Amino acid sequence: MKRKSTILINAKKSVALLAILFVGFAFANNKEDAKEGDLKTEIKEYIAHHLLDSYDFSLFSYTNAQGEHVYIGAPLPIILWDNGLKLFSSSKFHHGETVAAVDGNHYALYHNKIYKTDAAGTINYDESHHPTNVKPLDFSITKSVVSMMLVFAIMFFLFKSLAASYAKNGGIAAGAGRFFEPIVLYIRDDIALPNIGEKKHKKYMSFLLTIFFFIWFLNILGLTPLGVNVTGNIAVTFGLALLTFLITNLTGTKDYWLHIFDPLGSTMAWYAKVPLYIILIPIEVLGIFIKPFSLLIRLYANMQAGHIVLMSLIGLMFIFKSWLGSPLSFGLAFAISLIEVLVALLQAYIFTMLSALYFGFAAVEHEHH
Amino acid sequence: MEIPVMVGAGLVVIGVGMGIGRIGGSAMDAIARQPEAFGKIQTAMLIAAALIEGIGFAALFAV
Repeated sequence: MKRKSTILINAKKSVALLAILFVGFAFANNKEDAKEGDLKTEIKEYIAHHLLDSYDFSLFSYTNAQGEHVYIGAPLPIILWDNGLKLFSSSKFHHGETVAAVDGNHYALYHNKIYKTDAAGTINYDESHHPTNVKPLDFSITKSVVSMMLVFAIMFFLFKSLAASYAKNGGIAAGAGRFFEPIVLYIRDDIALPNIGEKKHKKYMSFLLTIFFFIWFLNILGLTPLGVNVTGNIAVTFGLALLTFLITNLTGTKDYWLHIFDPLGSTMAWYAKVPLYIILIPIEVLGIFIKPFSLLIRLYANMQAGHIVLMSLIGLMFIFKSWLGSPLSFGLAFAISLIEVLVALLQAYIFTMLSALYFGFAAVEHEHH
Repeated sequence: MEIPVMVGAGLVVIGVGMGIGRIGGSAMDAIARQPEAFGKIQTAMLIAAALIEGIGFAALFAV
């Protein structure tokens, strides 16, 4: 009886809460009916812009009293190969608002890509609205590249100093090493050893550790207000997966390749294997490429989705513009941020784990009788 | 053209959700039976869940 009444009270409470929320939304909708369309597209554009890489490291921008856009941040170097090396600062673009003139050539930003244009910055289109202007080879130090260099530097000095502290303390972890030692040991004992095996795991350990900390640090960096989205960039995850692909196949043993091209071995006569292998071998060969491909899509999609959800929830605040909408949006964004901290670790773990699994396939050595 | 694609993606997400839910549930059962094998079960669960999740993302990005 008592239990029933508590449920009833809870139900009443939640109905009241829902009613308050709906009233809040209704008020919010009445106020901003005309402008809402513009605001929604603006938020969408802002999120799309955040997800892309950019040529300058701007933290935020605002419009001053004179109606000018003011960007807080730093320009980055742009390196182009266009009949010779062109090196200039991205401040020449003024965030895509002006055409950069370098050595008699003109370059303009269009949809976050650099095109070669005339002095007025004209972009020509074909029928399907794709620019027909020449795209010079782009080796620019973009925002993502800067973030990666930052993580390289952090990792290099952190682990170098940890190694030095081990030597000094006689093999006992000190300082930050007390935090990182269990993680390193976990990767060795619970990821590398069970998947690759006692004999060969040492060869792969350096790669597994590097890729784990690299992805983890980059994921965490993406959650800071720096606003970088490196692991949510398909080119970066492609590079990481390519490394796994190359290491898997270049260190593959004879048994690994036999498993792909002769999976049935001596269990069957050759004329029985032929019709099976017409199907089996293409599948196995496709599998070589699908494994790293799933790695790259998983990391990219997870981080991209996390950023989209987080920014959309923050964007809700500007759509509702009510006393109820803002705390709701803040609360949801806060909760999702905490989940994202977990996802950042989980994705690094899964990438390392699956890489180790694939290395384990490549390192197999069956006992021949 | 657009609506069938979205419905298909939605169906895939439902399937992926059910799949991961089953993996999680089965892992819970397994851990309840053998709490000492928690680490191994968790690892296997995460791998299986990650493999299915990949398909879900592929469907979402097709929209």
